[in-house]
Amino acid sequence: MRKISYAAAIAEALRISLTEDPRVSLIGSYVLGLGPKRVLMDPIRADFADRIYDPPISEAAIVAIGAGAAMAGARPFVDIGTGSFAYVGWSPLVNEAAVACHMSNGTLRVPVVYHCLHGLRGGGAAQHSHSPQAMLWNAAGLEIVIPSSPYDVKGLIRSAIKSDNPTMFVNHARLMDIEGDVPEEDYTIPLGRADIKRPGRDVTVIATSYVVHAALAAAATLAGEGIDVEVLDPRSLVPLDKDTILQSVGRTGRLVVADETNESCGIASELSAIVAEHGFKSLRAPILRVARPNIPTPFSQPLEQAITPTAEKIAEAVRRSMAMS
Amino acid sequence: MTITSLDRRTSLSIFDRMLMMRHFEEAVIRLYKDGRFVSHYHIYIGQEATGGAVLEALGAKDLICTTHRNHGHIIGRGSDPNRAMAEILGRATGFNGGRGGTLHLCDPSLGFLSTSAIVGGCPGLATGAGYGIKVKREPHVSVGFFGDGALEEGLVIECFNIAALWKLPVVYVCENNSPGAMGPQQGGYPTATTATDSFTRLPAAYGIHCMKVDGIDAGAVYAATTEAIERCRAGSGPVFIEAFTTRWPGSSPLWPELATATDLNQAWEPARIAGPHADWLRDHDPLLRAARELATVGHASRDELMARDQTARKRIAAAAEFAIASPMPDSATVAAHVFA
Repeated sequence: MRKISYAAAIAEALRISLTEDPRVSLIGSYVLGLGPKRVLMDPIRADFADRIYDPPISEAAIVAIGAGAAMAGARPFVDIGTGSFAYVGWSPLVNEAAVACHMSNGTLRVPVVYHCLHGLRGGGAAQHSHSPQAMLWNAAGLEIVIPSSPYDVKGLIRSAIKSDNPTMFVNHARLMDIEGDVPEEDYTIPLGRADIKRPGRDVTVIATSYVVHAALAAAATLAGEGIDVEVLDPRSLVPLDKDTILQSVGRTGRLVVADETNESCGIASELSAIVAEHGFKSLRAPILRVARPNIPTPFSQPLEQAITPTAEKIAEAVRRSMAMS
Repeated sequence: MTITSLDRRTSLSIFDRMLMMRHFEEAVIRLYKDGRFVSHYHIYIGQEATGGAVLEALGAKDLICTTHRNHGHIIGRGSDPNRAMAEILGRATGFNGGRGGTLHLCDPSLGFLSTSAIVGGCPGLATGAGYGIKVKREPHVSVGFFGDGALEEGLVIECFNIAALWKLPVVYVCENNSPGAMGPQQGGYPTATTATDSFTRLPAAYGIHCMKVDGIDAGAVYAATTEAIERCRAGSGPVFIEAFTTRWPGSSPLWPELATATDLNQAWEPARIAGPHADWLRDHDPLLRAARELATVGHASRDELMARDQTARKRIAAAAEFAIASPMPDSATVAAHVFA
């Protein structure tokens, strides 16, 4: 199959969506970040100039405008930029977009997609390294999509834009250059379907976004030690594919959750709670988390590395899990 | 006006601040190119007359808030260049112990509040500092340096309203460096996107006293700042200064480039100015302009100005050496300082 970059897959999905549905528009077109891959958006900007609006630095306004436009029947894809900037638009995100459907007794639809680049990107320090998805998971009413591969991002953007719900689409700057197989034709991946990135017998490692690649690297290392790791990527947090997660842990009996959100009330915490609650009988060892400690992200590389969920930390957690009971 | 509208001592003090800022930033770009640090970063070159003159006018106890483009303000205030450079290189000896980095240089001992790299964050903190000064009945002022892009954020407009209502002693210094910028359409760094034809209309709508100045004219910036500080100290409420500069060509691309390197001789030998950025050097470089004015009026000889330039270069070279030789923070300390 054809191999393209993660960034190219995003651009392709946006082009198909803009072509297919005249209600789709972009508020902010720097979806691929400021790295070298950003030029892949140039032809889209040229071809759909009448439906691409690059806004001022006004996150609160564009989040609200996206919600209002969606209520009015448009299908905007709103780029918030760095994940930390989502906090500037927090109120319209959680007080408007997320609640309108429920608050209107289902009479309103808010088919908006918000997009951001979350996470540890190298020297982003405390204000440019946030992963807002855990806090947003705490706010009911938003779909949250968080892919890790070029194939997944293309199919999931297609589904997110088609969804009638407000969706936070969480990407990562470090994914942009990753290459993978992507069909040229259009396809969708339904939200709420996890993917087993590597089957294994001994331990389940659930990981999201860029950390999926760290988990795969850890699995490769551990294979050399005779430990067979299953790497599971939920691909969306809302809706969440609990069945695939519980079935995997049912087979392996051990779970490590690796994720860039903070340890307290983070993605790893919630996934651990779900498995503890619904899969307790399968567990042969305590669930272990490899998350970001509750420390504002430091700038200096040794400090940033100390809080990053790396392949080494994941491998170490797997070894600990295997050593228990 | 000119820098020589000011007395010799004041104008040379501003000039020295500008030299330190300039050589510091040129060194930062070289260190980045040498792979000495990671992260996106922002350079103050082209705006030194604004920062230099404002900081010259401030008192020792006045409070300052700045942004992602903070290096010039920190150095111009007289903070230790060793510790500033060490911070940019993520070293344990940096102002923030390596925790802040280029976007968050901070020296509270000289009145700096937290340096916010969230666009619009700084004017909010500066307004808060003004409130703090007022409720404590102190005779000081708060100064917020921010770019024109900050005026796109709603929080800033909300602060104008509150500062005007409560007559807070805040000097908002909007450093408008969009003129001359490429902007994203040309593949350059994003610039202001605004429907207003004049940023001063925004604070003026709340009755805030506004001044527009040429940001490469240190004399004009100094005069405006002194007036603003007097108004604040007199209890008349906030003041907004918009200082216009033309974007340094090295700050136009997404990542800074050392587009020009300082040669003070170009101030009095225009034939030395050449290359693709000759226009900027001739018409928009605040340092060359100040040097030319100082030499012409006789506030200092060319030799004296060159000697000051050498002093600044040596000081910054020493700062770079200090930073490179400094240790990285111990990763075992990563959880330190999360709480007081």
